[in-house]
Amino acid sequence: MSAILEVQELQVTFGRTAAVRGASFRVEKGQTHCLVGESGCGKSVTALAVMNLLARGGQRSAKRMSFAGTDLTSLSDREMARLRGNRMAMIFQEPMTSLNPAFTIGSQMAEVLTRHKGGSRAAALERAAELMARVGITAPGMRLGQFPHQLSGGLRQRVMIAMALMCDPELLIADEPTTALDVTVQAQILRLLASLKREFGLSILLITHDLGIVARVADHVSVMYAGEVVERAPTAELFRAPQHPYTRGLLSCVPVPGRVQRDRPLGSIPGVVPAIGPGFAGCAFRSRCAHADETCTRAIPRRPAGEAHDYLCRLEPDWAELQPA
Amino acid sequence: MLRLIARRLALGVLVALTVMTLAFLLTRLSGDLAVSIAGPQATQADVEIVRKAYGLDRPLYVQFFAWTGRAMVGDFGQSYFFKDSVANLIQKRLPITITLGLVGLSLALIVSLPLGILAALRENTWIDRGVTLFTMVGQAVPSFWLALILMIVLGLQLGILPISGTGTWQHFVMPGIVLAFTAIPALTRLTRSGMIEAMASDYIRTARAKGLSRARIIFKHALRNAAIPVVSIAAVQLGFMLGGSIVIETVFALHGVGYLGWESIAKNDFPVVQAVVLVLAVFYIGLTLLADILNALLDPRLRTG
Repeated sequence: MSAILEVQELQVTFGRTAAVRGASFRVEKGQTHCLVGESGCGKSVTALAVMNLLARGGQRSAKRMSFAGTDLTSLSDREMARLRGNRMAMIFQEPMTSLNPAFTIGSQMAEVLTRHKGGSRAAALERAAELMARVGITAPGMRLGQFPHQLSGGLRQRVMIAMALMCDPELLIADEPTTALDVTVQAQILRLLASLKREFGLSILLITHDLGIVARVADHVSVMYAGEVVERAPTAELFRAPQHPYTRGLLSCVPVPGRVQRDRPLGSIPGVVPAIGPGFAGCAFRSRCAHADETCTRAIPRRPAGEAHDYLCRLEPDWAELQPA
Repeated sequence: MLRLIARRLALGVLVALTVMTLAFLLTRLSGDLAVSIAGPQATQADVEIVRKAYGLDRPLYVQFFAWTGRAMVGDFGQSYFFKDSVANLIQKRLPITITLGLVGLSLALIVSLPLGILAALRENTWIDRGVTLFTMVGQAVPSFWLALILMIVLGLQLGILPISGTGTWQHFVMPGIVLAFTAIPALTRLTRSGMIEAMASDYIRTARAKGLSRARIIFKHALRNAAIPVVSIAAVQLGFMLGGSIVIETVFALHGVGYLGWESIAKNDFPVVQAVVLVLAVFYIGLTLLADILNALLDPRLRTG
C-alpha cells in the first residue's frame, strides 16, 4: 500500500506553547484514517498544519510531510493554495459558520472549480448541482441560489462536503464533521462519507473525539495525546488489544458491546490534558496515569505491538492491568 | 425586501413630521418673533404691524397647519431677509452643499477603506499602530483649525488651490479634505475592526481551505462582510456632512445650505430656518433608508426582516 499523506515528527508551536510535539502518521490511499483524542490534544491543529491553515502565530515544522509524493514543507504559500481545495480538501466542525453569509451557495461552490480548473461559471454551477444531488441535497437547483442562513446545519455540512468534492480531491480532511450535528444527521453524514470514499476513491483523514465513530468508519487509527501520537494501529487491532494506558483509558470510558460488564461502572480518566511548555521531557500522560513511575520522566521508546501497531510507553506489550485492590 | 423598504419609508415619514413640529415649535420658543423681526429700534406699534403682516397674531395651531400644509407642496413661504422665496434659496444653495458632501465622503472612503484594511491585515505591527495614531489625531483636530492650516499652506504658501468661493472644482478640494477628516477616523477604525473580525472567522478559513487567492479572500470574502457596518456609518456621516458643514462652509465662504441656515438664524429669518432644518432632516432620513437598502443588498440575512 502507498501513502497519500505521510507526516513524520510534525511540530506546531504557538509562542511558547507546543501544540503538536512530533506527531507521526500515514494515511494510506483509499482508506479512512482517524486521529482520535480528547479536546486540546492537538488533533485539529495537526490537520490545519497539514493544510497550512494555522491561525496567526502558529509555527509548523516537520521532518517529513508529503502528500502524494509532494513535499508539503517546501511549497510556497501560492503553491500550497493550488493544492488546497483542489487535490486536498477540508471540512470543519462548525457548519453553521463555515460558509460565507454574504454569498449564495452556488457562488461559493462554483468558485472552487473556476479557481482550480478554470472553465465557465455555468459549468461550475452545473457540477455543483450534481454534487449536491450526490451528497443527498434535494432540489439542488433551488439551493444554489439560496444563502447559508436559509439552510439547516446538516444541509450546510452537506454543502461543505459537496464543495470539498468540486475538484475531485485525492484527500479529504474532515475535522469533527459531525460534532455540531444531531445524532440522526451524524449517522447520515458518516454513511455519506463512507460511500464517497468507495465511489470517488477518496482517502480520508477524519478527526474525532468519538470512539463510536472511529469504530464505524476508520481503517486505521492514531491516538493523540498532548500533541503526540501515543498509539497507532489498524482499527480492529486497536479495539481488540489497546496498549497505551491512555488508549485503554479512553476505551474504558465508552460502552463497547461485549466489553462492559453490567455491574462495573464505566471508567474515566481523571484530570485534563496538560499544556506543554518548552523543555518538557518524558511521557505527557504520566500525571494522569495509574502506572506511572520515575522512568516515565525520561525519553519513552516507541514499542511495536504487531502489524502496523505501535505505541509510546515504558510498559511491555500486552502488559497486565493492575487489579484494583 | 419591498416590505422592509415600505416599513422604513413609513418610519421616515413619521420622523419627518416630528422634525417639522419641532422645527416649528423651537423657532417660536426662541422668543417673540415679531419683536425680533421688527428689530431693536421698533416701537410697540411697529411690532404690532409686523405681527399682523406675518400672521403671527393667529393662534399657534393655525400657524402650524398653515405652514405644514404649504410645506407639503414645497412652498416654504418668503424669506424675511433675502427678497426671494425660501424654496428658491434652498434650491440655489443645495447643489453646493451636496457637491461638498459627496466630495468629502468620497475622499473619506478613498482614504479610510485602504487604511483600515491595511491596518487589519498588519494587526499589531507598527503600520497598525501608525494608522491608529493617525485616526486619533484626526479625531482630535478641530476642522476650523485644519481648514486654516490648509488655507495657509496650500492656498497662500504653495498657491495651488483657491482659498474661498465656489467658482471651479478646485474650490471644493480643500473644504472636501477638511470635511473628509470629520469622517475618516470613524470609518477607518470601523473598517479595521470589521476586517479583523472577518479575517478571523470560520468562513475565511473555509475560503483559504478552498485554495482561493489572497486577493479574492480579502477583497471578496472578508471585505463584503466588513463593509456592512461601514456602509451604515458612511451614510450617517454623509448626513452629518450635509448638515454639519456650517463651519467649513463659513470658513471657505461656500454659500451652501449650512451657511444659509447659519445666516438665517443670525437674522431671525425663521421661515428659512424651519425649511433648512426640514430639508436636512429629509436628507438624513433618505440616507438612513439608503443605508438600510444597501445593507440588505450586502447582507442577505437582512432581506427577510
